[in-house]
Order: sequence, then structure tokens, then C-alpha cells
Amino acid sequence: MIKIEHLVKNYGSNCAVDDISFEVGEGEIVGFLGPNGAGKSTTMNILTGYLSSTSGKVTIAGIDILTDPIGAKKLIGYLPEQPPLYLDMTVEEYLHFNYELKGCRLERARHLGEICETVKIKDVYRKVIRTLSKGYRQRVGIAQALIGNPRVIIFDEPTVGLDPKQIIEIRNLIRGLGKAHTVILSTHILQEVQAVCDRIVIINKGKIVANEKTENISSAVERSRRFNAKICGPQKEVLSMLRGMQGISYAEALAERDGDAYTYMVESEYGVDIRKKLFFDLAARGWALIGLEALGMSLEDIFITVVDQSEERPSKTSAAARTVRRNRGQEKNALEREVGASLLEDAKKQRAEAALHQTEDDE
Amino acid sequence: MFAIYRKEMRSYFINPIGYIYLGVFLVFSALLCCYTTLIAATYDTSAYFTYLIFTFVILIPILTMRLFAEERKLRTEQLLLTAPVTITGMVLGKYLAALTMYVGGILISCINFIPLYIIGAAERTGETTDSVALTHIGPVTGEILGSVFALILLGAALIAVGTLISALTENQLSAAVITIGVIAAMVLLNVFNLLTDSDGQPLISSYVVRFVLDWVSVISRFSAFSQGIFDFAALIYYVSLAFIFLFLTVRVYEKRRWG
Repeated sequence: MIKIEHLVKNYGSNCAVDDISFEVGEGEIVGFLGPNGAGKSTTMNILTGYLSSTSGKVTIAGIDILTDPIGAKKLIGYLPEQPPLYLDMTVEEYLHFNYELKGCRLERARHLGEICETVKIKDVYRKVIRTLSKGYRQRVGIAQALIGNPRVIIFDEPTVGLDPKQIIEIRNLIRGLGKAHTVILSTHILQEVQAVCDRIVIINKGKIVANEKTENISSAVERSRRFNAKICGPQKEVLSMLRGMQGISYAEALAERDGDAYTYMVESEYGVDIRKKLFFDLAARGWALIGLEALGMSLEDIFITVVDQSEERPSKTSAAARTVRRNRGQEKNALEREVGASLLEDAKKQRAEAALHQTEDDE
Repeated sequence: MFAIYRKEMRSYFINPIGYIYLGVFLVFSALLCCYTTLIAATYDTSAYFTYLIFTFVILIPILTMRLFAEERKLRTEQLLLTAPVTITGMVLGKYLAALTMYVGGILISCINFIPLYIIGAAERTGETTDSVALTHIGPVTGEILGSVFALILLGAALIAVGTLISALTENQLSAAVITIGVIAAMVLLNVFNLLTDSDGQPLISSYVVRFVLDWVSVISRFSAFSQGIFDFAALIYYVSLAFIFLFLTVRVYEKRRWG
């Protein structure tokens, strides 16, 4: 459906995309994964004909985007990183404009109705886009991409800046779209592609690092097991025991304390499930295991795992990846702090308002 | 192209800009007409049209400043450029919308001439039949039609200039200011040819310089039309000017894709 051959894009001397080739089959959902600045958006902009490539060839259903841009663009629905919304239009006007812009020939009222149904924007249909929240704007952007029932839909970071509930909704939506369309979505969140995509293309510094089925990447991820274990007992002894235990390739104490329990990060060797053994060994010494949290993998971990695999070396996690792991617990706390702060702020505001009303009433 | 045209037309009237343009222009043209014809007690409209050209130096940038600058700032141009529309279609759609506003304003402003015709008719009936003068009483329709047509052509060229400048900038305000500067230069260049020193000799004596200034100046080709003569050369001049600037606008967008 989509075929990319030796795509190169230079910005001056800066090489944003460096000789990328891959294919996307009909009806496939492909996740385009990479850290910021990896060349995801550039690639997508080339796919949609917004930018021209320095060299290389892109064909959409056999149509070359360079020689027949109009024909190729007709097959594509695109949601750029920043949804291209005319803030002074109502949703209705905006969708009608897009309908006309794309020269859509489907029955207008019904087609737009169906799209609104799919992305759930019926209740804001007559509102001005400027007044909509971020989540709704994103959905209007998605609606725009769906107009004309394009065979290929391309989403550039569709869930950035949305709240968790909206993220889940949008993911479900994309998964639903995958039944009838070919979908490419870019993201820097691994969980997202794992949840939605059939295949994952990982790109870093303009190069493809991996191009695998989601299951393969997930299993690669599974193999290197890492846990945060909360264990009651003297820290030093526990740590030395963990390090000495068979099947554990790495252990380290984290700066988290809960009563007499410390948290340790434990990394098992490839293909070894240490959880049972860990439990019994600790129990034998009378140290209670009060928490065991499997850690997901961050993008950096995936890179390292995938790259390591492709070079056929057993996984040796780099120090950089560990730092990321270690900081994860604190990130969560940071989020909590943030939420807590905003709640406090709200309460403060409410109180101030109440006080204001009080004084007004008094007067 | 028509979708973009319709969208631009709609946005002129969703935003205050369309109303501001039409309001300011209509009030101004009515006042000008009043001063140059009614109060000056003449049927001659040439002064009216000359002043009108100078008001367009300020007013045309209002029409053109947001055409592309706004799209670029809000990143909505991505939508247009990834839609199955050619860049030429996009540029033309926007250009035609601005031109429609411009022509519409001018056509509405033609009501300014109604008083002249009424007064002219009244004056004619006042004359006794035997003293039918050889001179024409009342405004000369041919001159007015010619001037309106020339004004539209001139605007078509200047709007193309504004379109290009809007495509080059990301900020509406800078687009407007630069457009005013460029248009003012284009309109006023041949003023230098009219300057004379104390002896009454032209300040610029070189024929070549005078010719070039005259050629570049968009206003110098206005005169034939304003005498009711259809000047084909001027028509070609204005149309090709519009064409060149629109073509450059298309190139700007083409180039940006390759950037």
C-alpha cells in the first residue's frame, strides 16, 4: 500500500532522514516510533506530500507522490502534529470546508454525520473551534483526516497532550480504523504502539533501527525482565544476597523507603523467571517481600534491546538505560506532585471565590 | 480551488476584516466623491479616481495581509498543501477571494455617482431646448466606466503584490507594512518625473530614467482609461504584472517544500 524506498531528506547540511526504506501493507496499523527529533514528522510530511524528499521514492498504492501528487494525496488523510484547525470556524464549517477541499463525492450529510459519530464530536458540532478543549480539537483534527474515507490515514503523535481517558478513547478509535484503512501513526510512547499497532518501525537519528511485528518486539521486551522489589530487611545484606542470587544479573538499592522496607531494582538474566525463586529465598531468610512490580520498558530500553539483538549480543543494559529506569519512580511522584498542586490550587481558588462572594453579600 | 475561494470569502466575513475594509473604503470613497465633485462643483471624476488609488495603498494590504501569513502561523497551510489541490489552485483561490472583495467594494462605491447623474439630469432639463449646448452636461459615463475598469486592473496587480508578500512573511502586521511600502513605491515612483527645479526644468533630465520610472509606475498607465479610451497595452501590463507576482507566490511555496 505504501512503499518507501531509500528516502533521504537533508535540511542544509543537517540530515533529518537518512536512507529509509520500508513497506506498509493494506489494512495494517504501523507504529512509527522514535525519540523527539528522530525524523518521524519529516518522514510523515514527505509521505503526505507536504515536503519533498532530497532523494528516494514514495509510492502510495502504486502512485508516486512526486509525479502525481494530487492522485496520491487523494488517498491520504493526514493529521499533522499540530491539528490544522481554523480557529474562527465552527466545527460544522470546518468539516464542510474539508469536504469541499478534498473534492469528496460521498453523500455529504451522511458521511459527515458518520464521522462525527465515530470521533464523538456531535455535541460540539455547532461550536466555534476556538472555544474547544485540546481533546476536542484533536478529535476534530482526526475527523478532518477521515473525510473522504481515505485508504491511508496518517497520524502524527495523535495523543500528545491528551488526558489518559482521551488517550484510551483515541487509541480505540485508531484500532477501529485499522479494520478498513491502512494506518501509520507516530509516537514516542512505546505503550501506545504496543496497544494499537500490528507492526513497529523504530527510527532513530534518521535511520530505521528496527522494523518488526509488535509481538516480536514485545517478546524481546519480555525477555529482559526487570522488577522493583520492596523487601523488608537490612539493606546491605539484602542487596548482597540479591547480587549473589543465581539468575539475577544486576541489583541495586533505590532511594525509596517504606518503614523497614527498601526498594531494590532487580534485573534477571535472559529467559529466567526469578520471581518464585526470589520469593522463597527471601522467605527462607525471614525477609518479607511486600511488593514486586514488573517494570515496563522505556523507548531507550527498547532501542538497546533491539539494537543489541540485531547485533546478537546478550542484553547488557547500559548505564544510561538504568538511569532512566531509576528515575521512573520519581517521575511518577513528580506527576502526583503536579496533580496535587493543581488540586490545592483549585481549592485555594474556590476558597478565594467563596470569600469574595461572602464579602459581596456582606456589603 | 473553489473550496479555498469560498473559505477565504467566508473568513473575510467571519472576521471583522471584511467589514473593516468595506466600511472604511465606502465611507472614504463617499467623502472623496463629495469633495472632488459635489463641493468642487464639477462633473469631472478624474481627481476622485486619483485620490482613490492612494487610499488603496493603505486598503489593499488589509485584504492581502492574512492570506498566507495567518495560515503559516497557525500551521493550517499543512492542511491545504496535503489536500488534493495544486499550489496554483490554492494561490488562485486566495487571490480571487481578495480580488472579489476589492471589485465588490468598487462596484458598491459606484452609488457615489448617482448624485452626479441626478444633478446632471436636473441641470439638463433646466436648459431651454433651443440652446442645446454643444458641451455635454453631467458626468461622462465613458470616463467613469474606463476609470472603474482601470482601477480594477490596477487593484488586480497590486493584490498580487500583496499576495506574494503575505506568502513571504509569517506575521500579518509585517506583511501589511511591507505591502504598503512596496505598493506606495509602485504607485508613487513617477511622481519624481513631475518634480521640477526653480527654472521649471524637470529635476530628472535623463530620458532613460524618466522612461523607466514611468514604466515601473503602475499609475502612469491609468490615464488613457480615465479618458474613456480602452488602452490594450495597459491591460496587458496590469494583467502580466498580476501574473508575475502570482507566479512568484506559487514558486515561493514550491521552494518551501524543497527547503
